[in-house]
Amino acid sequence: MKTSAAYPSTRRPSEADWNRIAAGARFRHLLSAKKRFIVPAFVFFLGYYLLLPVLAGYAPSLMSTRVFGTVTLAYLFALSQFAVGWTIAVLYLKASSRFDRLVKELLEQDLLERNRPEQPGDLRRGR
Amino acid sequence: MSISVIVFLMFVVTTLGITFWAARRSRGASAYFAAGRKITAWQNGFAVAGDFMSGAAFLGIVGLISLQGFDGFLFSVGGFIAYVTILLLIAEPLRNAGKYTMADVLAYRLHPRPVRALAALSTFIIVIVYMIAQMISAGALVKLLLAGSGIGYNTAVVGVGVLMMTYVVFGGMLATTWVQIIKAALLLSCTLVIAVLVLAHFGFHLGNFYVAASRVTYHQQGQVVIMDFLRPGLRYSPPDGPLDLISLGLALLFGCAGLPHILMRFYTVPDAPTARKSVVCAMVLIGSFFIMTSILGLGAAVIVGPDYILSHGGTNMGGPLLARTLGGEALLGVVSAVAFATILAVVAGLTISASTSVAHDLWVNVIHRGVERRVNETVFVARIAALGVGAASIVLAIVLGPTSNSGVLATLAMAVAASAHFPVIVLSIFWRRFNTAGAITGLSAGLLGSIGLILVSPTFMGIDASIAATAARHLFQTRAWFPLENPGIVSVPLGFLGAIVGTLLSQERTSDSKFNELMVRANTGLGAEQSIAH
Repeated sequence: MKTSAAYPSTRRPSEADWNRIAAGARFRHLLSAKKRFIVPAFVFFLGYYLLLPVLAGYAPSLMSTRVFGTVTLAYLFALSQFAVGWTIAVLYLKASSRFDRLVKELLEQDLLERNRPEQPGDLRRGR
Repeated sequence: MSISVIVFLMFVVTTLGITFWAARRSRGASAYFAAGRKITAWQNGFAVAGDFMSGAAFLGIVGLISLQGFDGFLFSVGGFIAYVTILLLIAEPLRNAGKYTMADVLAYRLHPRPVRALAALSTFIIVIVYMIAQMISAGALVKLLLAGSGIGYNTAVVGVGVLMMTYVVFGGMLATTWVQIIKAALLLSCTLVIAVLVLAHFGFHLGNFYVAASRVTYHQQGQVVIMDFLRPGLRYSPPDGPLDLISLGLALLFGCAGLPHILMRFYTVPDAPTARKSVVCAMVLIGSFFIMTSILGLGAAVIVGPDYILSHGGTNMGGPLLARTLGGEALLGVVSAVAFATILAVVAGLTISASTSVAHDLWVNVIHRGVERRVNETVFVARIAALGVGAASIVLAIVLGPTSNSGVLATLAMAVAASAHFPVIVLSIFWRRFNTAGAITGLSAGLLGSIGLILVSPTFMGIDASIAATAARHLFQTRAWFPLENPGIVSVPLGFLGAIVGTLLSQERTSDSKFNELMVRANTGLGAEQSIAH
């Protein structure tokens, strides 16, 4: 793998670097921030989506209820899936601009670490 | 010359021009397999949407809605919603941690050779089943389009095959992407025009349109029936219907996230944020398209009528017949040409994903343990593989005819992808303990489970009356052993179960450091593949 083009003079991340970043507070913060958005969003949309085949299959008469004119609840519920999908997408775009900022800070911090001049007996370097 | 031939020739000339341009720019593996990783978010959004708005989706799903109403529309909803899975779980980690194929992410911290070999095999199987679905659409179209023109079905299929091989072999991913972008734009405009014509037919009075859709009249077993196409239950009726619906839902939801030709697209953008934006762009396009399929499908049911559709080309032809009724031969010509271009573009995308897997996974990484023995060997092998895949699909298309609904077949390919690929991709990104044995058992359980269940499902098993046409006969003349058409509800959990049990039973301990590296790479993009400089 090439090193990041943005930091051409920096040495490649070593095993020790990966472990250091993974254990770092910034990375843990990033992961928990992502988890806080992604897990509820995924669970909600999974449930909302699966409700459609479940209701269409097991409660056809309920789903055949006419809401506007001849338009059925089933058809409206199906259309609402598109609205839900788009809403999650927009919310995720918003949330992820914050993730991107966290990533940027983390990488800048990492760059400082990796560019630190080598010290004799420095064990961070790994193999 | 008919309008369809002119439109199609214009598409061919443009795309060949693009292929020529792409071939001159394409140097090296990253350029050939990933378009130099310089595709923008909107371009990739169109290309991803294009890959998914396939001939099977356009012809097959519109056809299903035109014959079975609301139940057909569920295919559209599932196809769209699947992109939420890709957006939240797959696109960014894949782009950050991989190179050309989905196996890159799997091979990261597992023993690469067995994992890549099996992933290449399942990629190949999924591509072939999906390809058959596309070719069946092509067959149905050619029958309608070229009736009386003197061009036979076989000639047309060979023509499509040769064009597709030209795009892939000479133009690589860059040409394939642009072919897909142009086609997606054409297909969306075409669908929009027909949708507007349908509404115009009802004086732009939505209420009238839906009133008509709630009273569709046709013949069933000699009786005149009036059906409400806005109600569920026309396709999936008890006892097994509801379960089959949920099964279909699972297959669609997770299947897209395992389709190799779609996953490969996320390697063509510069970085993970662009990959994320491109999924959202694709969701805007795919969502609009799939909402319009309901107008087209219901429109075909109301304006053309199921009786006429069934007697004039069958389950895939609702859309084109609607176009002819509303806009005459000219619109039919344009629609058919665009549908043809659609099939061509998707088949090219499928071919490049299969040939990349053969070259990058099998040849270089499995057989030669990750060492390229000559400069650009991977690209050379991929080109040969593309010729092979192209030839195989031409033969398959000629052997198989327009026998069944292509929308259903494409969904079966997705069930295989959902059961074999999705569990191992997710577990390798998110589960620290996951190991090689788990990947092997997960891939095998998903692959064998889904294919096995499809073979014993009503799609392949059934007792036909002796008068049934040979083409429509079931492969095995016995009562179906597995009652559901779609295996997803059993085979997706089976894939996960296989992966988890295999992991836990094995003594193998995966390296903690390797998982840390994958996590950091996947979530930060540190060390990710860069786009090539100008």
